Amino acid sequence: MEMIKLTIDKKPVVVKEGTTILKAAASIGIDIPTLCYMKLEDMNIENKPGGCRVCVVEVEGRRNLAPACATEVDEGMVVNTHSMRAVNARRTVVELILSDHPAECLTCAKSGKCDLQDMAQNLGIREIHYTGEQSTYREDTSPAIIRDIDKCILCRRCETMCNDTQTVGVLSTINRGFDAVVSPAFEMNLDHSVCTYCGQCVAVCPTAALTEVDQTGAVIRALSDPTKKVIVQTAPAVRAALGEEFGMEAGTLVTGKMVSALKDLGFDYVFDTDFAADLTIMEEGTELLGRLNKYLDGDKNVKLPILTSCCPAWVKFFEHQFPSMLDIPSTARSPQQMFGAIAKTYFADKMKVKREDLVVVSIMPCVAKKYESSRDEFKVNDNPDVDFAITTRELASLINLSNIDFNSLPNEDFDQPLGESSGAGVIFGTTGGVIEAAVRTAYELQTGKSLERLDFEELRGMEGLRKATIDFDGIPINIGIAHGLGNARKLLEEIQAGKSEFHAIEIMSCPGGCIGGGGQPYHHGDAEVLKKRQKAIYLEDKNKVIRKSHENPYIQKLYEEFLGEPMSDKAHHLLHTKYFDRS
Amino acid sequence: MTKIKSLADLKKLKDEVQSKIKLREKGDHPENLVQIKVSMATCGIASGAKETMNYFIETLDNQGVDALVTQTGCMGYCYAEPTIELTIPGKEPVIYGFVDKVKAQEIIDKHVIKNELVDGIIPVNYKTIDD
Amino acid sequence: MADYNMHLLVCGGTGCKASQSELIKMNLKNQLTELGLEEDIQVIHTGCFGFCEKGPIVKIQPDNTFYVSVTPEDTKEIIEEHIVKGRKVERLLYKDPSTKTSIIESKNMDFYKKQVRIALRNCGFINPDNIEEYVANDGYEALAKCLGEMTPEETTKLIIDSGLRGRGGGGFPTGLKWDITRKVEGDQKYVVCNADEGDPGAFMDRSILEGDPHTVIEAMAICGYCIGADKGLVYIRAEYPLAIERLKTAIGQAQEYGLLGEGILGTDFNFDIELRYGAGAFVCGEETALIHSMEGLRGEPTFKPPFPSVSGYLGKPTNVNNVETFANIPPIINKGAEWFGSIGTENSKGTKVFALAGKINNVGLIEVPMGTTLREVVYDIGGGIKDGKEFKAVQTGGPSGGCLTKDFLDTPIEYDSLIAAGSMMGSGGMIVMDEDDCMVAIAKFYLEFTLDESCGKCTPCRIGNKRLYEILDKITEGKGEPEDLDRLRALSDVVKDTSLCGLGQSSPNPILSTIENFFGEYESHVTIQKCPAGQCKSLLQYIIEDEKCTGCTLCFRHCPVGAISGEKRSPHFIDQSLCIKCGVCYQKCKFDAIKIA
Repeated sequence: MEMIKLTIDKKPVVVKEGTTILKAAASIGIDIPTLCYMKLEDMNIENKPGGCRVCVVEVEGRRNLAPACATEVDEGMVVNTHSMRAVNARRTVVELILSDHPAECLTCAKSGKCDLQDMAQNLGIREIHYTGEQSTYREDTSPAIIRDIDKCILCRRCETMCNDTQTVGVLSTINRGFDAVVSPAFEMNLDHSVCTYCGQCVAVCPTAALTEVDQTGAVIRALSDPTKKVIVQTAPAVRAALGEEFGMEAGTLVTGKMVSALKDLGFDYVFDTDFAADLTIMEEGTELLGRLNKYLDGDKNVKLPILTSCCPAWVKFFEHQFPSMLDIPSTARSPQQMFGAIAKTYFADKMKVKREDLVVVSIMPCVAKKYESSRDEFKVNDNPDVDFAITTRELASLINLSNIDFNSLPNEDFDQPLGESSGAGVIFGTTGGVIEAAVRTAYELQTGKSLERLDFEELRGMEGLRKATIDFDGIPINIGIAHGLGNARKLLEEIQAGKSEFHAIEIMSCPGGCIGGGGQPYHHGDAEVLKKRQKAIYLEDKNKVIRKSHENPYIQKLYEEFLGEPMSDKAHHLLHTKYFDRS
Repeated sequence: MTKIKSLADLKKLKDEVQSKIKLREKGDHPENLVQIKVSMATCGIASGAKETMNYFIETLDNQGVDALVTQTGCMGYCYAEPTIELTIPGKEPVIYGFVDKVKAQEIIDKHVIKNELVDGIIPVNYKTIDD
Repeated sequence: MADYNMHLLVCGGTGCKASQSELIKMNLKNQLTELGLEEDIQVIHTGCFGFCEKGPIVKIQPDNTFYVSVTPEDTKEIIEEHIVKGRKVERLLYKDPSTKTSIIESKNMDFYKKQVRIALRNCGFINPDNIEEYVANDGYEALAKCLGEMTPEETTKLIIDSGLRGRGGGGFPTGLKWDITRKVEGDQKYVVCNADEGDPGAFMDRSILEGDPHTVIEAMAICGYCIGADKGLVYIRAEYPLAIERLKTAIGQAQEYGLLGEGILGTDFNFDIELRYGAGAFVCGEETALIHSMEGLRGEPTFKPPFPSVSGYLGKPTNVNNVETFANIPPIINKGAEWFGSIGTENSKGTKVFALAGKINNVGLIEVPMGTTLREVVYDIGGGIKDGKEFKAVQTGGPSGGCLTKDFLDTPIEYDSLIAAGSMMGSGGMIVMDEDDCMVAIAKFYLEFTLDESCGKCTPCRIGNKRLYEILDKITEGKGEPEDLDRLRALSDVVKDTSLCGLGQSSPNPILSTIENFFGEYESHVTIQKCPAGQCKSLLQYIIEDEKCTGCTLCFRHCPVGAISGEKRSPHFIDQSLCIKCGVCYQKCKFDAIKIA
């Protein structure tokens, strides 16, 4: 590939042909501000509509200013990123956006984390010279996501996620000119659409046009109700990201501080979703082996591959998009819901608390978990197994409003019996983790042998679609992994066409898996953040004494005392579910 | 219709069509064959060209005038729609503007039958590519 | 039966009528009657000859003598000399300005036939529903010539040499575009005809498709031959039902005659055309937006490069030209690049079709050689301003263009000089304004159009145009302040400088050109709150003149908002704070007592 020489802000730079001005400038430390542009490096996710026009720069010899994000470099190009003309245009463009944006920063959910607010500050905008009519739209609330479209700046990032990455196709721009707005078709409500609540739109929204439904108030109310016992579970990916909300480097593990903070918040018991993840492996792994052995015995009707079912957005996705394949995914509930079911039976009995007096809160990296916990099949007499599912971000906000200095908290341990987990439960938080956890257990159950190595590097990584073959003592097991629903769709279409080579497939809706969930601290388009969180997850696994789900003593005890064995009637009743045609 | 397979075919067709048109113009009864083209683009139709065309067809037929009334595209005189071009065999074509039924009748009575010109001629003010 | 052997054609155009052409006609008639010649010689009125500068005009047929600047006093001499004695009246003949020799026949006068019809050559001449009439007028000969005698390279070179530039507004050299698409490797390529005509008032593409659909089909096939495409797509507005119908008929006929389809004219060249319907979004005239629309996506532009020539419809190399551009192709092939190059100017060859509209006498579709001046179009072809009013401005380039004052009337019409004058060629809308038009309101009108038609993708066009419109609205409502003019200019510059596509990059042009050329008018709106043209309703005041008011109470009884008060038989009064400027009082007053201030 040819190299191109050019000058940016009087500095010479040499870059590969096809590089944009934005990238070329970044390579010599010049940060041209952008608003709509977003690229998750190495993850095949790019939003480049060239629409916000904030990144305009002056290129000598050109009639108009050039958008740095979309303009490729030319030999000998002379670029000025902060000429009077460029800066004036940039400021005017941001002023225009602000002129059609509610000035509610003081009370806005995104204040302090808002790309637009940062931009206005960085450009030193103190006055909006062009004021006029502002667009107003109806607010749209769903079980998981709120659309406050008055705050939409039409960056189209959510559209890219919804359409290109997730292939869900709910969000698109409708209307023209000043009335153009991102919306579901016919301005229908999200909860009437095929939205999976994966929350990737929320994860990338630069403003507060898309946010999660805030349940912190409800949690505080429960915590202050003396008649309630309030327990909490924390999903594996939360501990790898929560620190970011308190200024820590991405990838800092804060498990102990998180437990400490939750105790300070007043939760009666702090438990771990990882425990339920181990339980999931017991059920799902057994189901996998059951189907696999039937298949190996020559049963032609057995449904293979088996698909994981821990991800609520993924479940809603196939219920909408592949209703003919509802019998393929595992029937195992997600760890969140297994935890809720066990908590409100086994644990409630143990503590002699009535179901309605036990409040189960979960801390999730996810916004779809809010929706999942509201599904009717996860309620008993209208009392949900999980009462409130709040995101990592909401937890941070609870910690802040409770005057807890997170950084100086001591490390504390989870409570028992639902707080013990294996390393297998931890890695549920990243793409590849669920299937690796399943392999660790299924291998040993199937072969009766002990695994020599526990790190299945072949199942790890950030590639959107991965496959590997694991030798089950002479039986090659083909495993597929997809994260991002667009990638999942490809695997499902293969299955539909009868061309799938896999025995088991792990699917997570969000890029990177739960570490990249829609409820995590905002990554602001930096894929490195996700990679660091992933590393942290594997580190936590490595540091665990027990790294296989079936070796978790509390899991063993749970089966002994309560469930019997995996896939027992009781397990079926409490830990498995069914799917619905939503097409 | 046989397909045109070559340039020679095309030329042959062109010659045939042209001679047909010439025959039409300078045929056996040149005094009888009058040609009227009605400008029938959207603007013309909107201002009544269809009615004008039908009127010409019916009236000329009723009066036993052997005439050829055809449609054509926009002549460009939007301010004067509907417009028609009238060709009396052997003479230069003449364009009339604002041709409603009344005007059409006047054109038939005077120009077509008596060979008198009628007020409202639009001078052709463009060159064609062959000029 | 009266069989006149001579006709005297007296121009009845508005300009000539104003200089007594009625009287000329009457004089001629009377004098012929006196001589007993009324049975032999007919005097009639005609429409405008398009030479108002030298009017009134009298033309004598059959000898085609063309007299200019005729006065009622000249008629006697015309009759006595020309009719009776058969001698031309030398002094009334037109003198060639360079050679000073008299010219008798109008067809020899360069000035007279200002229009040259290339793109419109068959419009209003052949029956569009009859392929044979097209063939009779050299139809499909260009295609046959290309396929039979020329290579794609040679054909493309011919188009390059002709100097033809895109007629859709951009003015990109057509041959060059073809050449780029030709050179891009691709298993499948497309020829797209942009028939998404959207400028307010422009309808030349529709007229060509309605009047001469085969020329577009032939040209698209030639383009396909040049670039290596076997598929053509016409993106046409669904609001053009007649054009669609004629085009469909024509495509059917061309297929029937083997001029579209497989193995055209006995060669191995295949080409066919399909129609794609647009919903009439102005921005879909932009080629990337057009392509997205055809792909079933939202009709909004994307950043170029990649250009459609490299990655267009379905990601394949695609050549997009507009209807008028295509209509020029067959004559260029038939008559040669040199012939085409001989028409027009150095950098703008050939002709341009304009939809002439506004406060002009001869509203219509015209085609003039590049280099024709705006004055010639407005006065000679357009027949001057309606009702003898004063010319104020001519707007070219549609909503992306600018308003040019009378100082620019001698600007030749070509791509570069129009831009230099602060406007642009555009796709061919030309709107003439007179003294009654308020230029602020005109700018507001165009902004309202772009505001509606913006796709909303980029910030400056979506919000910037809205803010510009709001400022203009404020000014026309009488609420403007002098700083608004600076704001208008500053924001216009940024919108132009930063918008994604041509729509936003040009949408402030009507504002900038009117502020530049009619600053006083803007100033008057924002300083003394007066609209000089009297168009801005909010700036009007209806006032009752005491000395004329009889106190008849008619205005009082008709005022819908009760803004008028007064005792019977004594002067009435209008409360300006209540008045909604509906003008009812003004219309009702029988004593001319209400004036507009």
